[in-house]
Amino acid sequence: MVAYLVRRLFGAALVLAGVTVAVFLILHLSGDPALIMLPPEASQQDVINFRHEYGFDRPVLVQFGDFAWHAIRGDFGTSIRHGDPAMGLALERLPATAELAFSALLLAMIVAIPAGIVAATRRETPIDYIVRGVSLVGQAAPVYWIGIMFILIFGVALGWLPISGMGGIKHLLLPMITLGAFTTAKLMRITRSGMLDVMRSDYVRTALAKGLSSLSVTVHHALRNAILPIVTVIGLELGTLLSGAVITETIFSWPGIGRLAVQAIYDRDYPVVEAVVVLTAAIFVGLNLLVDLTYAVFDPRITYK
Amino acid sequence: MTTLNVAAKDLAAGEEVAFVPRRYQALRYFMRSRAAMFGGAIVAVLVICAIFAPWLAPHDPTVQNLNMATLPPFWLHGAQPGYWLGTDELGRDILARIIWGARLSSIVAFSVVVIGSIIGVSLGLVAGYVGGILDDVIMRIADIQLAFPYVLLAIAVIGVIGASLYTIIAVIGITSWVQYVRIVRAEVISLREREFVQAARAVGDSVTRIIFRHVLPNVMSSVTVIATFELARAIIFEAALSFLGLGVPPSIPSWGNMLAEGRQYLDTSWWMGTFPGLAIMITVMGVNILGDGLRDAFDPGLRSQ
Repeated sequence: MVAYLVRRLFGAALVLAGVTVAVFLILHLSGDPALIMLPPEASQQDVINFRHEYGFDRPVLVQFGDFAWHAIRGDFGTSIRHGDPAMGLALERLPATAELAFSALLLAMIVAIPAGIVAATRRETPIDYIVRGVSLVGQAAPVYWIGIMFILIFGVALGWLPISGMGGIKHLLLPMITLGAFTTAKLMRITRSGMLDVMRSDYVRTALAKGLSSLSVTVHHALRNAILPIVTVIGLELGTLLSGAVITETIFSWPGIGRLAVQAIYDRDYPVVEAVVVLTAAIFVGLNLLVDLTYAVFDPRITYK
Repeated sequence: MTTLNVAAKDLAAGEEVAFVPRRYQALRYFMRSRAAMFGGAIVAVLVICAIFAPWLAPHDPTVQNLNMATLPPFWLHGAQPGYWLGTDELGRDILARIIWGARLSSIVAFSVVVIGSIIGVSLGLVAGYVGGILDDVIMRIADIQLAFPYVLLAIAVIGVIGASLYTIIAVIGITSWVQYVRIVRAEVISLREREFVQAARAVGDSVTRIIFRHVLPNVMSSVTVIATFELARAIIFEAALSFLGLGVPPSIPSWGNMLAEGRQYLDTSWWMGTFPGLAIMITVMGVNILGDGLRDAFDPGLRSQ
């Protein structure tokens, strides 16, 4: 277990180092970061001063060494627009994104897992058709369009719910459903097909044959065996949720890291972009490690070596 | 005598099924699946719109006519004949822009699939067949790519090098290779140990010959299925970038640009944002259904219930 954990942590560190290098390379893709970060109307002297101030006039390798040395300690420089440390700004906005993403994931799990189970146990009934239909539509509707339609229906036409900003459960509802829709649809489908596979197995037939109630068989025999693919999908969906949060936050003016990053790109505020990308990657890697470790909880046959 | 005849006929029918090559079986299964054909039909409509846009579109998608601005769709009061889905704030015909948008979406999506599959399949073949340190390096890079929040990655790169059709294709293309690598590598690892590959090795076939003659044809069905799902992802992704203002220039009719403009006029002209979103959703749904149908046809073991 310890050896496994050490190996996984080392792998995670390697991935994050790779992400950091990639972030550095992206900023240097154009050759001169100063020209990207400064507005087009900046004078030649401004450019030279800026290069010197931010150290872009040094050799690239020196710049990289400096960047890496600071990045290891979570220091991505100061925001050009706000003047505060970039990572500090990102961390400040993180709770808002976490609230949105986790409530979306929770919504998906609460709705999708029971719906998938019911659809599998009542196959070819109206409930099954509804679940399959919702799952098909939910996986095809882009997050930005769902957001726009919600604003149109619940904000503009009906006026029931606020359509921008943060504060209270009412503000959370529309962004949460918008962001959670795709994950809900996907999880429904995985749960349903996983349950259908398991329900056909011999041990489920045996359990039913010896007279256990179908509810007990569904929960104790079938679901316990269908849960692993569901957990795997949840882990992978975290990436989708974090990416979707960028768009959802932009639509609903939700003050999270996604909106911060998009705004930073419009403002050419690259230290902030770098900080957000590395932070998001770290969260994704960390959460996936956690998901992998939970496999052993759901399936006692799995041990980590 | 009659009994014998029947038996012979049965035998003949049985033989006919048994000797149909696998790929024809797949085709036959596919043709029989109504859902798959439906998905295929939607994709065909997309491609036809893309190719014949200049002849199909009822109006020029870029011509502005302020006398005809914000006309509602045909069933509402105030609609003008010939403008079936209404017009936008500059008097451009929405239906014409959706048909032309299909062209842009198709160009981006098919280019992305070509780039992603060439990179992904090559790396997957190398990682799976050659193995060793190359395998380690390729898979670590894949891990890094997966950890990146891909929407943030794309907008960061586009923010640095600027938005154009080519950068958008390139950026979405390089985020799409990972899926191919993982599946192709896994399949190649199992194919490598199969008798026909070992036999080819035993008679002295070169590595290139083995890969191209024996391994590649056997992974193509999986690659086709991934390519379908990547097609859907590229369509959604391209529109997301346009929606965030980082896509193709606003002068080019694209579904994402239409959505972004429509979002500004939600309270007065709901049709501006609704129809392009519907176009994306129906297209993606069609592509997903097609992908499911292909997967079921190629791999009877995975046939979804």
